[in-house]
Amino acid sequence: MPERLSAATATAAAGPTAGAGTPPARLGGLPLRIIPVALLRTRAPRAPGAPGAPRQPTARRTPRPPGLGGRGSAHLIERHARVYRHTWSVLISGFFEPLFYLLSIGIGLSKLVGTVVGPGGQPVGFTSFVAPALLATSAMNGAVMDSTFNVFFRMKYAKLYDAALATPMRADEIALGEVGWALIRGGIYSVAFMVIMLVMGLVHSVWAVLAVPTALLIGFAFAGAGLAATTYMKSWQHFEFVLLATVPMFLFSTTFYPLSVYPRPVQVIVECTPLYQGVVLLRGLSLGNLRPSLLWSVGYLAVMGVLGLAIGGRRISKLLLK
Amino acid sequence: MAQSLAIRQFRFWLTNYRRTWRGSIYSSVLNPFLYLGAMGLGLGTLVDRHGTSSLGGVSYLAFLAPGLLAAAAMQTAMGESTYPVYGSVKWLKTYQAAISSPLRPSDLFHGHLLWTTFRLTMNSAIFLGVMAVFGAAESAWLVGCLPAAVLTGLAFAAPIEAYAMTCTKDTSFAMLFRFGIIPLFLFSGTFFPVSQLPVYVRPLAYVTPLWHGVALCRSLSLGTAQLGASAGHVGYLAALTALGIYAGNRTYRRRLYA
Repeated sequence: MPERLSAATATAAAGPTAGAGTPPARLGGLPLRIIPVALLRTRAPRAPGAPGAPRQPTARRTPRPPGLGGRGSAHLIERHARVYRHTWSVLISGFFEPLFYLLSIGIGLSKLVGTVVGPGGQPVGFTSFVAPALLATSAMNGAVMDSTFNVFFRMKYAKLYDAALATPMRADEIALGEVGWALIRGGIYSVAFMVIMLVMGLVHSVWAVLAVPTALLIGFAFAGAGLAATTYMKSWQHFEFVLLATVPMFLFSTTFYPLSVYPRPVQVIVECTPLYQGVVLLRGLSLGNLRPSLLWSVGYLAVMGVLGLAIGGRRISKLLLK
Repeated sequence: MAQSLAIRQFRFWLTNYRRTWRGSIYSSVLNPFLYLGAMGLGLGTLVDRHGTSSLGGVSYLAFLAPGLLAAAAMQTAMGESTYPVYGSVKWLKTYQAAISSPLRPSDLFHGHLLWTTFRLTMNSAIFLGVMAVFGAAESAWLVGCLPAAVLTGLAFAAPIEAYAMTCTKDTSFAMLFRFGIIPLFLFSGTFFPVSQLPVYVRPLAYVTPLWHGVALCRSLSLGTAQLGASAGHVGYLAALTALGIYAGNRTYRRRLYA
């Protein structure tokens, strides 16, 4: 829990000083701009007299058509990347958490449990069984933390979105930018997790190359849903509901034992949770047990993410552009 | 006189809590249910099927529950003695306000320790109740787990609070959590016996305060407690608490009278 708070407060501490409005700072001769300027430019500069060149005032007045994200999202991502330069140690220390968990399970619990029945009915070592589920959980947790606690802080306290909406940036660009940032962080952690799994010999199939994109899909689904949920929250007390959703999912979505442990009615409930879909996908990939039903899980997560993103973007503009 | 001033500070935290207690229901009441249900019962079926001779022949639930009790006390202590303390001096500045009244830094420190003790007692009692519901207790000595868990929590709370007073950035807490609390939670015998660790790491585990807390609670809950070993655990935890109080008196004074 403290990490979550610290991320939020770090944003507060670093926010004003690391704003994108400051002239490009330099460190030891290196430009500190993280995303090249060329990529951030919304429209190509044209000669003022050239035919077809829009006159600036007119262009300003016509509202840009609403859509799902845009170049403005990149500005938001760059802002977050700049802020996190100040707390890189926290970012890097995040690599150790999966390592500790996998070591603890490998040394301790796996000796107590022995083998588990895998998705194809074959016996699987306990650590190999749990590792993909932990990857799914960490993808969920990262995305949920970024899109709930941090977004709430930026919206209510740092007033970051008020500032952003006073520029040509639109609310849907903010929504996509936040989800994009959550995915960038999640992607870095997923790659690290997969490297640790490879080194520990927990990957049993070449299909595992798809594990990182799958973890990103899980992150996308939860970031979208988290963003939408955050726009309905009024105080920090409401965040208990976030934990109320994620912790039981972590514990009961077949993370530590197969679905067959439960009676049938409970199995149905578990099968409906999004984390279960993610766990099934990643476990299938890393153990090499692919079957057509996995496509359902992909569809489930994709729809969840898109819906969340659309609702979140619409709600942010409703909340902030009254 | 000094005592009554610390109690006033305690009552400040109590008033605070009266208004925000709903937010803590989840961590205090639901978490024990969820963890004992998922790990004790769910994972327990797999462990029990595989054989529990390495656990001393008891069910995994009975093995795990007292360990989780001690670990939960550590988590409560960590939660109470980091951000609330740091926030009081850095963000809300209630400590700076209090210090301009007759309260002294040590009163603030002892008042907050009293408050932490209160929270530890409350959470541990709830946890013991949940353990009883799950039928995870093997012996009537279980009641002894309550003071044992509170002492385990205090052995963390006092030193961490002393440290929190010296922090100027709250990223320190994230680091403490990642490299202190989580490794202790995972490797100090909560989920599996320390004897499974590689030989050269084992001494490290025996030095950690959480291992002493887990061993003490587990021996009481399983009814296998021996006087000598228990006295050793209690002595170690009490010494750590005393050290923390000594350090905290100094860091509080240094930070608030600076």
